Amino acid sequence: MNNNMKLNLKLKIWRQSSAKSVGSFVDYKVSVSPDASFLEMLDEINNELEKNNQDPIVFESDCREGICGTCGLVINGEPHGPLRKVATCQLHMRNFKDGQTIWVEPFRAKAFPVIKDLAVDRSAFDKIIQAGGYISVNTGGVPDANSIPIAKDIASEAFDSAACIGCGACVAACKNSSAMLFVSAKVTQFALLPQGQPERQQRVEAMVAKMDEFGFGSCSNTYACEAECPKGISVRNIARLNHEYLSAKVKSTNVEV
Amino acid sequence: MGILNSKVPAGPIESKWTNHKFNMKLVNPSNKRKYDIIVVGTGLAGASAAATLGELGYKVKAFSFHDSPRRAHSIAAQGGINASKNYQNDGDSTFRLFYDTIKGGDFRSREANVYRLAEVSGNIIDQCVAQGVPFAREYGGLLDNRSFGGAQVSRTFYARGQTGQQLLLGAYSALSRQIGKGAVEMYNRREMLDLVVVDGQARGIVVRNLLTGEIEKYSAHAVVLATGGYANIFYLSTNAMNSNATAIWRAHKKGAYFANPCYTQIHPTCLPLHGDSQSKLTLMSESLRNDGRVWVPKKKDDNRSSNQIPEEERDYYLERKYPSYGNLSPRDISSRSAKEVCDEGRGVNGGEAVYLDFADAIKRLGKKSIEEKYGNLFDMYQNITGENPYEVPMKIYPAPHYVMGGLWVDYNLMSTVPGLFVLGEANFSDHGANRLGASALMQGLADGYFVIPYTIGDYLATNKFSAVSTNHDEFKKSEDGVKEQVKKLLSIKGKMTVDEIHKKLGRLMWNKVGMARNEKGLKEVIGEIKELREEFWKNVNVVGKADDLNQTLERAGRVADYLELGELMATDALKRNESCGGHFREEYQTEEGEAKRDDENYRYVAAWEYENAGKWNLNKEQLEFEFLHLAQRSYK
Amino acid sequence: MSWFWQSVNSSVGKKIVMAFTGILLVVYLVIHLAGNLTLYGGEKAFDSYAGVLEVIKPLIRIIEVLLALVFIFHIFNGIRVWWGNKKAKPIDYAVNAKSKNSTLFSRTMIHTGVIVLIFLVLHLVTIWYPYNAGGGEVNLYKIVSGRFADPIYAWFYIVAMALLGFHLNHGFQSAFQTLGWNHKKYFSLIQTIGTIYATLTAIGFASLPIYFLYFHGR
Repeated sequence: MNNNMKLNLKLKIWRQSSAKSVGSFVDYKVSVSPDASFLEMLDEINNELEKNNQDPIVFESDCREGICGTCGLVINGEPHGPLRKVATCQLHMRNFKDGQTIWVEPFRAKAFPVIKDLAVDRSAFDKIIQAGGYISVNTGGVPDANSIPIAKDIASEAFDSAACIGCGACVAACKNSSAMLFVSAKVTQFALLPQGQPERQQRVEAMVAKMDEFGFGSCSNTYACEAECPKGISVRNIARLNHEYLSAKVKSTNVEV
Repeated sequence: MGILNSKVPAGPIESKWTNHKFNMKLVNPSNKRKYDIIVVGTGLAGASAAATLGELGYKVKAFSFHDSPRRAHSIAAQGGINASKNYQNDGDSTFRLFYDTIKGGDFRSREANVYRLAEVSGNIIDQCVAQGVPFAREYGGLLDNRSFGGAQVSRTFYARGQTGQQLLLGAYSALSRQIGKGAVEMYNRREMLDLVVVDGQARGIVVRNLLTGEIEKYSAHAVVLATGGYANIFYLSTNAMNSNATAIWRAHKKGAYFANPCYTQIHPTCLPLHGDSQSKLTLMSESLRNDGRVWVPKKKDDNRSSNQIPEEERDYYLERKYPSYGNLSPRDISSRSAKEVCDEGRGVNGGEAVYLDFADAIKRLGKKSIEEKYGNLFDMYQNITGENPYEVPMKIYPAPHYVMGGLWVDYNLMSTVPGLFVLGEANFSDHGANRLGASALMQGLADGYFVIPYTIGDYLATNKFSAVSTNHDEFKKSEDGVKEQVKKLLSIKGKMTVDEIHKKLGRLMWNKVGMARNEKGLKEVIGEIKELREEFWKNVNVVGKADDLNQTLERAGRVADYLELGELMATDALKRNESCGGHFREEYQTEEGEAKRDDENYRYVAAWEYENAGKWNLNKEQLEFEFLHLAQRSYK
Repeated sequence: MSWFWQSVNSSVGKKIVMAFTGILLVVYLVIHLAGNLTLYGGEKAFDSYAGVLEVIKPLIRIIEVLLALVFIFHIFNGIRVWWGNKKAKPIDYAVNAKSKNSTLFSRTMIHTGVIVLIFLVLHLVTIWYPYNAGGGEVNLYKIVSGRFADPIYAWFYIVAMALLGFHLNHGFQSAFQTLGWNHKKYFSLIQTIGTIYATLTAIGFASLPIYFLYFHGR
C-alpha cells in the first residue's frame, strides 16, 4: 500500500526465444510493491519492456487464484517459489527481501520442452489422461446419484487426490522428472471410488505405459513432489499407484502390455 | 427493429422439452460420422458438449486457447451446483428451482429455457457422480447439500470449495476419453478469430495458432461456441486473465445478435485493489457474510487504522439501511451500498474498500469455531494481503465476476446465424438480469450434456448442406480479414501498451457502466469509449511478430473487441430505462433504493444486431410469463 | 512372458524390482551381521560360527548364487534407473534448492550405492575369496582380524558402512513405499524402524574394525 516501502530486487530470468534456440539468463532490476504478486511483478516488467519496444517475457498464467494450474515458475530453485501449498500466482512479493536476487527458470524436464522463455509444453499430461484417466460412461443412462453410497471418508480421500491442478510442479521438482504424483493422484481417485472399479486394472496399466512413453523418470521416493505441490497431494498416492500397478500386472488377463 | 422468434414449443411447461425431444428429427447413427461439428471453448459447456457429441458419433473438432481443456475458468467456481433432487426432503421440485431462478433473474429470462434447465438439473448430478466426481457426502454415504443465496431449500451439491474444478475435471475426463478414441480432435492453443458463414449457414472458423502464429481454417456443418463471458472488459474482474469476448464478438459481427449486453453481476465480497499493478481481483466466498459485519468509518477520509476507530464512529451501513437482512442483503444491494459509502469518501483510508469484521463473531463463537468454518478463506486472505483477519478486519470491495448477457439464442440454443449454437455463459439464455449462486455450473453442463446433443441433431437432420471446403471464398475472405487485423495491430507502433488502454477502458466501464448507471454517465462514456477506440487504433504499441508466440498480440485483439463491446454495453444500458437485477439505473429506484422494474415497457430481451462499428439495430424478444406471475423482488 | 519383461522394464516395474531385491538384501544383512558379531566372542566363538557355515556349505553355495543374483539385479537395475532418471531431466536448474524439499539420503542413493558396490568387490576379493579359494585349512578369524588390524582397510570399511547406513536409511522405507505399503497410520513407524535398522546395521558392522584396530589385544 505504501509506495515508500517498495522492494528493490534483482531478477535473473531465463530467456529463450524458441524451443530450438539456446537460452540464457537476463538481468532485470525492479522496484515493486510488497503487496504485488510475483506474476504482477512480471507484468510490470513486461509493460516496461513493451514501452521500450522489447519483447516481453513469455510466461503462462490464467486464473491467478491457484486453481487452473497454468502458471508455474521455478523461483530460486523451487517450483512455485519458497512458500508451501501456494501456486506461483498466489505468491506475493512480501515473501522476498529488499535487495534479494531472484532466479526465475522454466520447469525443467525432458517431457516438458520449453516453448519460449518460461513457458513449457505440458501436453504429455493430457495424453496420459486420454490413455485412461476417466471412467467410461457416456452421457445419459447412468443410475441415480444416490444409488451408489460412498463412505464420507472415502469420498473425502478421493477428493484429496482429485484436487490435483495438473500444473506439473511435481515433475519440475523431481530430480528424475517423474510424473508419478500426477498420475497416481488420478489413479488413486478412481481406485478409491466404486465407479472406478470396472476399469481399475486396465486404467493403471494404460496410464503408466503412456507416462513411460514420454520419458518421465522413475520415482525414487525423494518426496520433493509432495513438498512442492501447491495442493499438497500426498505421496501416499504414489504408494497406491505402485500397489495398483503390481496387483494389476499380477492379476489382469492383459498379456499385450 | 425486428421481433425475434424464440421457437419455444407449445404446450404445458412441464412437457415442452419432452414433446420437443420427440418432435425433433434424429440423425441416423451411421450418418452421424458424416457430420463435422466444431466446438469452440472447452470449459464446462464446451467440454461436455464435445464429449457427448463425440460419444454420439459425430466428427467433432474442439478448440481451446489454453494449453489444455482442464485450464478453462469454469475451474475456479467455488460454491456448488444446484439441482432440484429434493434429496433433503425440504420441499424442492423442478418447479421451485424454475421459480427461484426466474425470480432471481428479476423476471428477465425466458420461462421455457429456465424450466428445462431445472428439469435436467438432476441428470447432471447423476452424470457427474457416474464420472467419479467426488461430491461431499453425509456419513451414511449419500450426497450432502448446502444452502445458497436466493433459495429456501438446500439443493446445492458441492465438492469442498472446489466444485467447479471437480465438475470441469469430470467433463475433461469425458472429453479426454473421446480424444483418446479419436472421436474428438482436440486443437489446443488456438484462438478463434472469425466465424465463417456460407450461404447463410455457420460453416467454419478461422483461428490463430498461438504457438506459431499461423492462421488456420476449419470447416464443419455446425459451429458451437462455448467461450464464456466478458467480465474482463472491466480489466479488473474475478475472471481469468485470458477470459475474453473475442469469439462471440467476431460471431456477433458475422450476424449473431448480442442479447442484454448490459447485464453484469458484481460480486460484493472480493479483495480490494492493492495498487496500480494489480492484475485481477480475487473472490472471497459470500458465505463470510454470515458472520462478518460490514462497516466503514462515519467520518470522511478517516486515516486511522481500524482498531483505533471507536465503536460509535463506525457505520455498519448494511445493518443500518436494511435492518431485516443486514449483512446478508442480496449481492446487488450489498455491492451498490459499498460503492455509495466509498464514493462519499468513507471507504477504508478514503479509498475503495470496506471492512468485513469478524471481531464480534470471534468473541461470540470463539476463534476455533470461526477457524473451522472459514479457515481456508482466512488463510487465503492472509496469504494475499499479508494481514491476519483474526486480528484486523478484512477489507473487501465488489468486483465484476459474471455476465448474464451474451449471444441471443432460441430454445434450441441456436443463434440468429443458422448452424451457430451458443452454450454456457457465452449465451444469454437462463439467468435473466441476475444469476443465482451455484447456477452457472448447472447451466453450462445442462447446455452441453443434455440440450445441444438433441437440438444440433435436429438442425443437421432438417437442413441441406452444400459441400464447403476451406478453399471457399468466404474462408479466404475471413482469413484475409484476420491477417489484415494482425498486420494492422503490429504496424501501429504507438506509445501506449495494450494493458494501459485496457486499464483505461476498465476504469471507464467500472465508473459508468458498473454497479450503478445513469443517463448522463452512459452518454458520456459512449463518447469516451469511442475516443479510446480511436486512440487504440492510432497509438497502441504491439511488440513482437505475427508468426510467433506473441501474448501481447493476443491481448491486443481481445482489447480491440472490448472497445467495441463496451460501447454496446453502454448503449444497451442507456436504452433500458429501468432497473432490474444487475442493471441498476440510478433514475429508476424505489424510495428505499431498490431496483424499480418497468415491466410494461422493458419486459423484453434486447438483442442487438451489428451493422457497423458503433452502429447497432435493436431487436426485441418479448418475454411472456405464462406460468409465473410477475412480482417485485422483495428483501424485506 | 513378454508382458512380464515389459512390466519389469516399466518405470514402476524397475522400482518394484529395486524394492524386492532391496528387502532381500536387508534381511541378508541382518543374518550377516549376526554372524559377524560372534567376532566379539573371540576366536573360538567365531570359529564355531564358521564351522556351522562349513557344515552347511552346499546350502551356502546355493544361497550365495541366489544372493549374487539379487545383488546383480539390485545393482544393475539401480544403475539403469539412475541413468534413465538422468535422461529425464537433461537440464538441471541453475539455482539448486533441493535441500528444501528432500533429504540428502534420498538424493544420493546412486552415490552411496556405488561406494558400497566398490566396497563389496573389495570385500569379496579380500575376505570371501581367500576364505573360499585359499585351499586347505584356512582360518577365517585370522583373515578377518588381520584385515581389520590394517588401518587403511579398516577405515575404508568404516566409511563404507556409514554410507551403507545412509543407503539403508532411505532404502528401507523407500522399499515399503514402492511396494505400496504406505499407510497414514503406520508409515512414520516404518520410517523410524528403517532409521533404527540402518543405524544399528552401520554401527554393528563398523564397530568390528574399530574394535580390532583400537581395542582388541590391548
